[in-house]
Amino acid sequence: MLDSTPQSLLDRYGLTARDLESYLGAALSAGGDYADLYFEYLTTTSISVDESLVKSATEGISAGCGVRVVAGERTGYAYTDDLAPEKIRHAAHTAALIASGPAKSPAVDLKSNLGRNLYPVPLPSVEAEVGAKLDLAMRADAAARAYDARVREVRVGYADELKQVLVVGSDGSFAEDSQPLVRLSVFVIARSEANASRGTSGGGGRVGLEYFGGEKTPEYFAREAARQAVIQLDAREAPAGEMEVVLGPGWPGILLHEAIGHGLEADFNRKKTSAFAGLLGQAVASEKCTVVDNGILPSRRGSINVSDEGSPTKNTVLIEKGILKGYLSDKLSARLMGLPDTGNGRRESYEHIPMPRMTNTYMLAGEDAPEDILRSVRRGVYAVNFGGGQVDITNGKFVFSASEAYLIEDGRIGAPLKNVTLIGNGPDVLTRVSMVGNDLKLDEGVGTCGKDGQSVPVGVGIPTLKVDRLTVGGTGER
Amino acid sequence: MDLKEIATDVVKRAMAGGASAAETVVREGTEFSTVVRLGEVETLKESGAKAIGVRVFFGCRAASTYSSDFSRAGLQRMVDSALALARVTSEDPHAGLPAPDEQGMVDGDLDLYHPDVYSLSTADRIDYARRAEKAALEADARIRNSEGGSFDAATGHKVFAASTGFVGEYRRSYCSVSAVPIAQEERGGMQRDYWYSVARRLSLLESPEQVGKVAAERTLRRLGARKVKTTRVPVVFDPQVARGLLGEICEAVNGDLIYRGASFLAGRMGQTVAGENITVVDDGTMPGGFGSSPFDGEGVPTRRTVVIERGVLQSYLLNTYTARKLGLQTTGNASRGLAGNPGIGAGNFFLQPGHCTREQIVRQVADGLYVTDFLGFGVNLVTGDFSRGAVGLWIQNGELTFPVEEITVAGNLKEMLFNITEIGSDLEFRGAIASPTIRIDGLTVAGE
Repeated sequence: MLDSTPQSLLDRYGLTARDLESYLGAALSAGGDYADLYFEYLTTTSISVDESLVKSATEGISAGCGVRVVAGERTGYAYTDDLAPEKIRHAAHTAALIASGPAKSPAVDLKSNLGRNLYPVPLPSVEAEVGAKLDLAMRADAAARAYDARVREVRVGYADELKQVLVVGSDGSFAEDSQPLVRLSVFVIARSEANASRGTSGGGGRVGLEYFGGEKTPEYFAREAARQAVIQLDAREAPAGEMEVVLGPGWPGILLHEAIGHGLEADFNRKKTSAFAGLLGQAVASEKCTVVDNGILPSRRGSINVSDEGSPTKNTVLIEKGILKGYLSDKLSARLMGLPDTGNGRRESYEHIPMPRMTNTYMLAGEDAPEDILRSVRRGVYAVNFGGGQVDITNGKFVFSASEAYLIEDGRIGAPLKNVTLIGNGPDVLTRVSMVGNDLKLDEGVGTCGKDGQSVPVGVGIPTLKVDRLTVGGTGER
Repeated sequence: MDLKEIATDVVKRAMAGGASAAETVVREGTEFSTVVRLGEVETLKESGAKAIGVRVFFGCRAASTYSSDFSRAGLQRMVDSALALARVTSEDPHAGLPAPDEQGMVDGDLDLYHPDVYSLSTADRIDYARRAEKAALEADARIRNSEGGSFDAATGHKVFAASTGFVGEYRRSYCSVSAVPIAQEERGGMQRDYWYSVARRLSLLESPEQVGKVAAERTLRRLGARKVKTTRVPVVFDPQVARGLLGEICEAVNGDLIYRGASFLAGRMGQTVAGENITVVDDGTMPGGFGSSPFDGEGVPTRRTVVIERGVLQSYLLNTYTARKLGLQTTGNASRGLAGNPGIGAGNFFLQPGHCTREQIVRQVADGLYVTDFLGFGVNLVTGDFSRGAVGLWIQNGELTFPVEEITVAGNLKEMLFNITEIGSDLEFRGAIASPTIRIDGLTVAGE
């Protein structure tokens, strides 16, 4: 085994308060408003089962330290994967090139301001026997194949990691965190005489392997992927044009992530490059919509105890009864905009500069029964599962693609549809939400968000929603 | 020890530990990037890192590990972990290294490495970024904001060693300059677009002023965009978006999808899959190419492969594993990260250009769409279904008229390959995948 034992990075690297002070001192040797050090020790496992064979098993370690110096609106950044003191000091001096002024010497107190653990696990999954992980993957493979004779290809991916971090800032912040993450994913191809189709499913979170012993077994995810693929075999062309759209609960919350979430990240609003800039206090959604970004849900994939710049994470109300209430901020945007730091400063790794990012973004439940929502639609689209999405935060246009969708005719769910892409405008899509279900569901824990080339794990969720008018990008008749 | 010695040493340790075969990748890289926004430096980043990965075999069982710890003890731990892990994976009769006589390198210098990407002083690099942004901001009064101008430089050094005796290494360099201006509409809406130049040597980079000017033009032409009625019209793909379409074709001939039947082109070898005007080539040996390298991720020389010739599917893109699965020979397209089994990657993948200029192609369209950007990921390679968000300009009577947005373009790749009715002469590489302007008929544009 690679050395993945959870251990304080202070101990692992023999770091003292004096060392950290000296590095921060080097970072602020040319002045600046703020500096921080981010130490990371990441261990990973990944396994792939394909054609019922364990074709690949991988373990790895990556470790390093990133040094950031902020002066006004300017950020200097450097990192090293060699943790020798002279290398860290060199990185600190490189980052310091951004500033010019009198040196500062910050004090470090090794007392963590963190009083919680959102993700206690009996044993981090990276530490678990590899045989137990193989077993999960093989069970998923078998269950997907057993679901239906038309299931032809099954690929199962298992991935886990333990990210141990230490963040220390010149503002007195200090935090250590040990962040477990595990994900099981299933990809299925089904085939009939005339058609081929695909289905995907998966889940996990900041949990240990015992998670898959509960309700969310490998078989559960496997059957879900197989079910989607088999249903899609009979899918017909999606209509093209504007119509009523009902989004199912859970993963379709990616709509919020794309249409609303990115546009509310504080960096875009500070720079006034977001279509939401200047809309604080104004109505951006129907009164039925309340949207939060909650980084402190226990065990969720998008949760973190502490932001990647050492701030406590929070549950932040973004939209309350339709009114825009807040942005997602990091330390830099909080300081420059005079806003509270919502603890949303995140980064992919020690090689990356932190920026405002989402955690778990979802809409609170409303009062409508999901059946009533469907019954209210004469002709429209019911979209229940999605692939990826993307947004242009400046003009607000977003796109996302449904991997499972149905026609709604006279209030009843009809034929499955293929090739459904939805496109809309972020600042007004939620104003067209006329019904909100009482069935809030969060996604299963497989989401990854990309921004500026950096990927971070996130969560999304919605109750069943009805949007009165959205463009459906199919090829068929409306 | 230099990186080559480290790589061969790790292979030796794996073999000494009982492996029947082994291979090692070492990657070392440096990066510099700066963003200047509204004339002021916003970020400045400079660093380097290296990492190593090993893949070991016990017969037909494989496993791999990676690390950034280059100490003797760290490297030994990495090898030992891989050896232990390989005992739990499955016997896969197709797994293994290429034969020694399949390995080797392209002769001659591929012109991939120019240290001049770092020849500018930090101040001059910042100035490159500043000049690109400034040119965009000064192009028009409606451009009042910006996500900045940027300058990036990077170098990479890759070493690959295998127990077959192959040891190879190469270096590559890269630099780029870009600008992302934002234009304001009269009624308050904003539009953003970008432009960039990328090169393996600084002297080949377009001037920051040129990049900023094009970025401004691309942004301004979006102002006042509106939706259109749902319709079926000819669609002209700007080279930047046609390139995305080529990327989908590249993925559709990926041997990994082919042997699984996960591509609409699986089992179509030797058949007509596109119009007679379509020839698609992958060439990993183009001097200075963004997708070029002397050998692939398994130490097999890269080559020029005609993928589609006059509409007939002639070759998939394969590595050793997928070639064995399909009973074919590797095409030298193995790609790889530090760990895991090799994947498949293109060299320089492009559509052979035609003879028309972009203007000639547009002039022939009475009523249609000129797409300048796609949004979203609505492509299903299993079925070929294609539906993506689009922005662009409406074509009326052969002229580009008003801008459009919040629409989708949908069809099926199987049919689209037969409906490419015009191919431009304007092939230009801004990355490993490239296409000239193309016109495709019979697509559905969904809007109101």
